[in-house]
Formats: sequence, structure tokens, C-alpha cells
Amino acid sequence: MQLRVALRNCGFIDPESIDDAIARDAYAALAKVLVELKPAEAIEILKESGLRGRGGGGFPTGLKWEIASKNEADQKYVVCNADEGDPGAFMDRSILEGDPHTVLEAMAINGYCIGASKGLIYIRAEYPLAIERLKIAIRQAREYGLLGKDIFGSGFDFDIELRYGAGAFVCGEETALIHSMEGERGEPTFKPPFPAESGFLGKPTNVNNVESYANIPVIYLKGADWFHSIGTGKSKGTKVFALAGKINNVGLIEVPMGTTLREVIFEIGGGIIDGKKFKAVQTGGPSGGCLTEKHLDIPIDYDNLIESGSMMGSGGMIVMDEDDCMVSMAKFYLDFTVEESCGKCSPCRIGNKRLYEMLDTITKGKGSLEDLDRLRNLCEVVKDTSLCGLGQTSPNPILSTMDNFHEEYIAHLSDKRCPSGQCKDLMNYVIDPENCVGCTACGRVCPVGAITGEKKEIHSIDTAICIKCGACEEKCKFNAISVK
Amino acid sequence: MSRIKVELHENQVIALKDICKSFENNPHELINVLHKTQEMFGYLPAEIQEIIAIEMNVSVAKVYGVVTFYSFFTMVPRGEHPISICMGTACYVRGADNVLDEFKKELKVEVGETTSDGKFSLNCLRCVGACGLAPVVLVGDKTYGRVSPEGVKEILAEYLS
Repeated sequence: MQLRVALRNCGFIDPESIDDAIARDAYAALAKVLVELKPAEAIEILKESGLRGRGGGGFPTGLKWEIASKNEADQKYVVCNADEGDPGAFMDRSILEGDPHTVLEAMAINGYCIGASKGLIYIRAEYPLAIERLKIAIRQAREYGLLGKDIFGSGFDFDIELRYGAGAFVCGEETALIHSMEGERGEPTFKPPFPAESGFLGKPTNVNNVESYANIPVIYLKGADWFHSIGTGKSKGTKVFALAGKINNVGLIEVPMGTTLREVIFEIGGGIIDGKKFKAVQTGGPSGGCLTEKHLDIPIDYDNLIESGSMMGSGGMIVMDEDDCMVSMAKFYLDFTVEESCGKCSPCRIGNKRLYEMLDTITKGKGSLEDLDRLRNLCEVVKDTSLCGLGQTSPNPILSTMDNFHEEYIAHLSDKRCPSGQCKDLMNYVIDPENCVGCTACGRVCPVGAITGEKKEIHSIDTAICIKCGACEEKCKFNAISVK
Repeated sequence: MSRIKVELHENQVIALKDICKSFENNPHELINVLHKTQEMFGYLPAEIQEIIAIEMNVSVAKVYGVVTFYSFFTMVPRGEHPISICMGTACYVRGADNVLDEFKKELKVEVGETTSDGKFSLNCLRCVGACGLAPVVLVGDKTYGRVSPEGVKEILAEYLS
């Protein structure tokens, strides 16, 4: 069921050995492109393959290259976006650590096609091993003449440098990334102009994601038709997902586009931990949404996921079971967005903060039903008016949970109840009179003296005093204390 | 934030200037300069930022703006054993918040603070990309996987002897 394209070499080669990589066809595609093809012909092949950006947006890669190739300039740049910031996603790290040469090779092809002699890899400082392996790979490629002057005697020069991120999620947005590489605060700017026109240091710049690059050498070796034959209507090839959360088999998977969520979660992922009930799967990270039972049989591709209220994103896939509260989940993502919003535009800076506060109120049982309309309204405003992709997608976790788990919001708002028992403020510890033997153990361990009762008589908890620390439940040997 | 006054030794100032010079005092290399500086000094107090600003020929406000924008840079010294708790989604779903609470309780510090003896500092970070091991805790360069609140004391004990 799995098919390795982007991950084809990961685990099969010593990532610190260029000879290993070459034995598995590294740089063969670069040789073919440089010797046999003109830039325009090479771009045409990429367009025919149907490859779309794997960073999340899904923009056709060949078209991106074509636009960058047509802008005239004395210097152009090729940038690899390795600022993998989606929590729960680690496919780019695995590619960089397991097969760094494929990224270098694809960037060189990219440089040849658009007429750029310089490449930059913008990588998170949090990935020290990936940085180390890239440094080794770049050094080896230079020694072998696969980077540098006159590669394969074609007259084409290309070299690659590393640039480091410093922990800012918004830098995954291409204009913010470019500002960060220029030594500035990583704040996005309005597009147009697109980087293809005016990017790094004001020069035409083509930015692609690590996984997109990892697909490119194979396309040139096996042909556009081969790649085009994998996948669905408008989504070709495979996608790497990072499967995590309450699932038995966690880790990276690579499947052809069009595989269903059910196959991914229950066959490859081995189902839910402890035999619990599947509740939702979050795709697309903080920009995506929660999909449910009813979406399990939809073939995964860019367009289907958007239609279902989520998105492909970079490929994080977090599985949740019956114990996870969907309002808390939305709040978790908004907390992330509030923290990571760069603060440049007010809809994102203030709007997301307000959205977070509204969700916080709901999880504390202080919301009212009117909050639902207010919440939805503000979500729409933030989506419509934010400057960059971060704010334009940040309300998605709220909107998708409101659509798919409406009854859970209602339970929090009108019944002041959290059906999953995750919202601490909405739960109470109670003593079951059937099981309580009056041992007084709970009363003695309670830090606030909320438990009363004589020895050998049934105890009770004063919910007004209780701070819900759970110490009594832990202490009780008779299973008499539970959360309601 | 409490302001710590830092006295820089002459040789530290020279080291700092050398870092700037190694990047040709090019303002576009500011982030790389800050990375190198933090690697050497452990943190980036105002005094250091002032010297970098002069060397790179940019305003102190600009350096401060960049330092405070990125979560990787810190203006307070970290503990001898910096503790980072991953708050990525996978770790969160597997109960990282409970682990964090336990660290706060044990160390009696909030996130972003250092214990009064300077031994531990507590921080959250976003996804280290080891989601298969969730919840993940880093102490210095060492990674602990599948940490439970009950296991917190045990981890701290390793560094207390």
C-alpha cells in the first residue's frame, strides 16, 4: 500500500556517503538535464508530471519554475524551504537527514531551469543533525564537482549555502522566510510582488519545499508519464505523512495520492491505541482541520481535503480518540497561532487572541450560545483580512471542529459539560457511596480540606472548595472516587 | 523581565567583534551572528546586542527587534541543565501539559524561568520532530521519550547528584 518516491533512499544509504547516494542514482537526473535538455524543455517535463508543492499550498511546481525562469535578472536565487514548523510533522527532517543529496541535486536542476547560480537552504536551528548532514553532503558534492563551476562540463555553475532559522513558525511563509534570510525579523509582506519577481535581496527567487525537491530527480529519471500515472485527478504522485497521536504505529508513511484515511489510520497505522474509539484526525497542522468518521473513505488529495474543511498542509496527521475534547483541541491550535503570529497585521495579531479567549471561556464553562455566532463571525473576518497564510488559515481548526463536532460545543455552552472529560473546569470529583468504606485516606491527602466524613462513614467532596488536583482519586484504594 | 547588568571582559568584546568580522559585518548576516554569539555566550544580554549593533552598523533597536522576534534567542541565561518540553500536537495529545505541570511543581518555576540555584531552566518548544516518542522532554542535549508525570522526579534525580 505504501510507495516510496520522496523517501526512496531514506534508510537505504549512508547519508554521509556520496558514493552510497550515487550508487542509487543520485545526480544522474542532474547529468541528464544538464547534458540533454534545455531549461525550457526540463520545465515542460516537470509541468507534465503534475507535481504540486508539498509544503502545503499545492501550487504547481513546474509553473512556479516557468514564472521564475521568465523574469530577467543578473542574479537569481533558488531557495529550499526547510523551516518545518508544523507541530507533529517531521518528513522534511527525515529526508534531509536520510537523503540530503537528493535535495542538493534537485536544487541544482532548479537553478539550471530558472537561470540561478546560487542556492540557499533555510533550515531550522532545531534540526542539528540535518544541518550537519547537509554540510557534509555539500562538501562532498563540491569535491566531486557536482556543485561549483561548470558542472558536468555544461558551463552551468551552481553552489549552495545554508541559512538558519531561529524558531519562528511564520518563516515557513515564503516572503517571511526571505526576510529572515536577509537578517530581518521574519515578517511576511504583501504579494505581489511574488518572490519569483522580487525575492531574496530583491532578485527573482524560487522557493520550494524539501519534499517537493525530493520528488524531482525521480521525475527526470523515470519520466513525467510515470509520475503522472500515480495519484488522482489533480494530485499526482505520493505524499509523505507523519502519523502521530493515539495510534498504534506512529511514524512516517508515504502513500500514493488518493489513498483513504481509513487505509492510512487502520491498516498502515494499525488502529487506535488500547482499542479505543476513533474520533478525529487532524491534518494540515494549525492551518488545517479535524476530519471525522464520515471522512474516512475520502481519497486523500489536495482538493478533497480542502472540500472537507481541512487541507493537505505539510503532512502532519494527528489521530485523536474518544478522550480528546475538540474544543480544547481548537484552543490548543489557537494558543499556537497566538504565540506564533508575527504581529504585523491586526486581524491575525488581535483576532486570533480574541478567538483564543473565546475558546478559553467556553472550556471553562462560562460561555453562552451566542458565542457560537460571534466565534464563527470572527473566524471569517480573520480568514478574509489577514496578510499571509498564517492568519488566513488559523481559524480552520475552530471552523472544522464547529462543523464536525457541533454537539460538543453545545455541551460546553448550554450543559457546562465536557463530554470527553478533558476540560478540568467542567469536571467534578465525586465519591461513589457504593464503594466508599470511610477509610479517610482521601480526606487526609486533600490539600484544601474539601473532603469531609467520619471514619467508616461515606465521605463527600465539597465541589466549591475542590481544586481538582486528583490526589484523592489516586489515593483511594476502593475505586470510590471518579470524575463526572 | 528583570534586567541583569552584565560586565563584559575585554577578551569577550574581542571575541564578539571577531564573530561579526567573520560574517564581514554584513547586516544580512545578523541572524547568523546572533546564532554564533549565543553559542559562545549562552544568551544575548543587552550589552552584547549593543556591541553587535555598532559592529554591524545597524541600530540597537533593530538587533533587539530580531532577538525578541525569534524564540530561539534568549536574553536571560539558561540553567546549567536547560529543560525543554515539547508542546507539539502529538506530545500534547499524549499528555505533555501534565508533564509540564509536574516539572513546574517540582522545580517551583514557571516556563521561561531558571531555578534560583541556576541548575535548571524550564522552557517549552514546538515540535522537535520526534513525535513517535511523544511526549518528549529534552534536558540539555539528551532526549527523554514517552515521559509520564510520574517519571519527572526520576529525570531530575539524574542531574541532582
